[in-house]
Amino acid sequence: MPQNSDITIECKQLWKVFGEGVAEKLAARTLPQKEEAITFADELRQSGGIVASGDINLQIKRGEFFVLMGLSGSGKSTLMRCMSRLTEPSAGELLLDGQDFLSVSEKELMSIRRTKMGMVFQHFGLFPHMTVIDNVAFPLKVQGVDEKTRQTKALEMIELVGLHGRDSSYPHQLSGGQKQRVGIARSLAVDPELWFLDEPFSALDPLIRWQMQSELLRLQTMFHKTIVFVTHDFMEAVRLADRIAIMKDGLIVQVGTPQEIVLSPANDYVAEFVKEAPRTKIIKVSQLMEESSAASTSEGLSVDMTLEDALSWSAERGGELPVTDESGKTIGVITPERLATALSGGKSDNQ
Amino acid sequence: MKNDNSISANALPWLFLAVAALLVHSFADSLGWLHKFPADWVIPLADWINKAMDTFVELVKPVTRAIAAILEWPMILLRDVLQWTPWPVTVAGVVLLAWHASGIRLAIVCLLALLYIALSGYWNPSMSTMALVGIAVPLSLLLGLAIGIAADRTEMGKRIVPPILDIMQTMPTFAYLVPILVLFGFGPVVGLIASAIYACPPMVRNVHLGLKQVPYEIVEAAKMSGVSSYQRLFWVELPAAMAQIKVGINQTIMATLSMVIIASVIGGFGDIGWEVLSTIRKARFGESLLAGFVIVLIAIVMDRISSAYVTQDDITKAKNLANKKLWFTAAVLLIVICAVIKALGIDFGVDDSSLTKAASEWLDQKLEAIVVGYGQLLTDIKNTFFFYYLLPLRIGFNKAILPLTWGFEFTEAMRWGYAIAMLIICLALAKFKSWQTGLSVAALAYLLYYGLTGAPWMVLTSAVILLAWQAGGRSVAIFTACSLGFILITGMWERAMLSIYLCGAAVILSFLLGSAIGVWAASSDRVSAVVRPIADTFQTIPLFVFLIPVLMFFQVGEFTALLAIIAYAFVPAIRYTESGLRQVSPQLIEVAVEQGCTPSQIFWQVKVPLAIPTIMVGLNQTIMYGFAMLVIAALVGTTGLGQQIFLALSAADTGLGLIAGLSMALLAMITDRIMQAWAAKKFEGMQAD
Repeated sequence: MPQNSDITIECKQLWKVFGEGVAEKLAARTLPQKEEAITFADELRQSGGIVASGDINLQIKRGEFFVLMGLSGSGKSTLMRCMSRLTEPSAGELLLDGQDFLSVSEKELMSIRRTKMGMVFQHFGLFPHMTVIDNVAFPLKVQGVDEKTRQTKALEMIELVGLHGRDSSYPHQLSGGQKQRVGIARSLAVDPELWFLDEPFSALDPLIRWQMQSELLRLQTMFHKTIVFVTHDFMEAVRLADRIAIMKDGLIVQVGTPQEIVLSPANDYVAEFVKEAPRTKIIKVSQLMEESSAASTSEGLSVDMTLEDALSWSAERGGELPVTDESGKTIGVITPERLATALSGGKSDNQ
Repeated sequence: MKNDNSISANALPWLFLAVAALLVHSFADSLGWLHKFPADWVIPLADWINKAMDTFVELVKPVTRAIAAILEWPMILLRDVLQWTPWPVTVAGVVLLAWHASGIRLAIVCLLALLYIALSGYWNPSMSTMALVGIAVPLSLLLGLAIGIAADRTEMGKRIVPPILDIMQTMPTFAYLVPILVLFGFGPVVGLIASAIYACPPMVRNVHLGLKQVPYEIVEAAKMSGVSSYQRLFWVELPAAMAQIKVGINQTIMATLSMVIIASVIGGFGDIGWEVLSTIRKARFGESLLAGFVIVLIAIVMDRISSAYVTQDDITKAKNLANKKLWFTAAVLLIVICAVIKALGIDFGVDDSSLTKAASEWLDQKLEAIVVGYGQLLTDIKNTFFFYYLLPLRIGFNKAILPLTWGFEFTEAMRWGYAIAMLIICLALAKFKSWQTGLSVAALAYLLYYGLTGAPWMVLTSAVILLAWQAGGRSVAIFTACSLGFILITGMWERAMLSIYLCGAAVILSFLLGSAIGVWAASSDRVSAVVRPIADTFQTIPLFVFLIPVLMFFQVGEFTALLAIIAYAFVPAIRYTESGLRQVSPQLIEVAVEQGCTPSQIFWQVKVPLAIPTIMVGLNQTIMYGFAMLVIAALVGTTGLGQQIFLALSAADTGLGLIAGLSMALLAMITDRIMQAWAAKKFEGMQAD
């Protein structure tokens, strides 16, 4: 278990419900958990209420890239908005850096948002009446930073996201991808610890989306923010996430690393997503190898190699191959049979 | 009818009503109170309001008079400055502004317009008008902005502002003047305050709408940056809503001008509206035409410049920004030139009206020649309309058909013939088309026989309430019943019927004329290109300019009022008919063509049904415009509510003015509610995707 201080956001039995008298119904009882929560959520829905988030228990670690994944209407955006308190949760606990975040005053909330949080929106949320540089500098202006400093800082951010020379354009003069770069620059301007991204790439063309994902990964290797990222695209989630929470009807169905989810989906619902996923790009050698420290003469695979790469290596060389870690030390072996089983989707017992 | 079981339950109440109407008419002598609203049921609400107002005025008089004095000061200052400035300087200033707003073309248009104003000898009155507008507009904008924000932010604002706006916009313009007159005392400042209040609803609506339309992500982005509520409003939401708010600014400017002109009936400021009005009263139409044209030009210049700023494109904006220094230099230069002219004591002499005199005399002569030359024809036109159209609507065939008017006696046999013929037509329609069609014809036949003023109040109110109920359900019916009750109990019924009759007569013609032009414009781009700017200009002209040309030819009277209303109210019918027909998707037309429809089939069976919802909005607007113009038309002699408001104005009778004004607003709102409810029901699910 990680230490408490390693956790940026923690949700404990968090609920968000809509509808007349629904929140009161929830408040009138002890919060239901697990299976009980599912039946209770169904009950609420049948009486006309909406359960946007139900019985959410999550710990998001410092520096972790955490993805909330689900189809539209699954409550992922609402859950993220609860975490930033753009929406007030109906019940449960929300901790930020171990402190109760729900009880902070309006004023404290304002100051936390000014310094600690940044957010990127699906439809960019750029201020139409401001130029790119004014948009990016806006959070700094709110902080009360003087004109010159914020111009310098904003230009720096614009440079960082690759929009050099567009600083005096207006949002409507930019393409979708460029707009979202502005959105990203703005959300990073105050150097927040916590970075919320609400389906940031879903309004973009597939090609641009791919590019932007790469950009995002590049930025994350530079800054190591705690990221909460919402998407309905399972492939995107798998590509970006350290861990994914899959949501359905307001409840979390499964939480885990991409590999864990692909290799062992919790139920049929998750399995549906996994079916579409390119297993060869997700599953890594580390999950397939047999531990062994026996030195080998033949050139080996590295642990963080994907199944795809491992297959082509294996096809070239054939036979049992050693697996080495970053330092080149052999830590295991892998057989072609194992690779083939993983490819076919059969449950591979890699323990 | 009785044999047909398929007739829906909705038809039954109408049958009852028909029977009840028959009874009321058969026992007209003993049931007189059902026929004519008894005078002793009327409550003297106007007197009560006046008494309350007197007490109230005594109480607040020091405050209101102080406000009046405070407002009067900048108004007079601005007027003096505008009149002191040599006119070439002002003209150059406006032309520069037009250039800045849009470009060289608008600059030339404005130059020509202003040159006309300067040379016509109406420069100083125009500047007085501009002084009123110049003070009223910022007041109105501030007021509108504040109320608009309150309507968006506060719970109370959300609830009370929309209905108040509805009343304010349907309340006739003159009705604003009376209470303000009483509160602030006679004087031009009344016009100023009335204009500021009258013109703020469009600003309120657009600010409210603009704030509501700010995308929630933008608001969230601001919140996530940690803005305070003040920063959120002034740094993010208002600027983001600016495009919408600018539309409101343009509308407010135009409404202010319109009201400033109307308010000139109070007099005392020597403005251009007063010039027109006093020359009309003296029947010097040549002069009033010249002065009226000045008003039209002022309206066009103000509208084009302000709407150019609303729709300014990026290229112009960028150019302006790049040439910032140049514009600034031009402005400074202008001020220097102004100072030099003044220092040298050069007088450009705007009061020299010899040119105007000659022009207006020439115009007067020509007009008189026309009026004398075609006198018989004009009288014939007027009488034909009056005897065969207006009179039947007002008092019905029952009384309108006389040897004097129609040339024959309306005999007992003819009356029975009329009744039986209509009954047969109605039954046939009900049987073969639908009961609603039959009912509509029956109602029309009934109204034409008795006239709006001759039909018993009980029958009319019941019919309207029943209609409201079937169209819009309980709430609309209750609203209608209460409104009609108010009109009855305050003794405004007969006046209201006269208003409805004239307004209705004008609306029918406006709609027929307007939609015919609209159909024509929709079928040809060339026609549209001609019609559109004319229609746009008609919309910006302050209402009472419309009176001048009709007065010249037809003198004071109801026919003149009718024409004035039509001249104003037919524009929305054109616009909405054209846009409705043009909105029909070309794909659907292709489908129809491909299926071998004839052009007339395409028009009646594809285009018209699809355009009907939009055309109905046009009809609704036509009615609202008709009501708005009705009060202005009272200036040329009508006998309805408009006249009452006008009387109240001259007698400073707040009670009468408010009640007559409110009655008018209620009539307009009833019509609006019923039509909208009916349209919502009828066109539900028809919205094309």
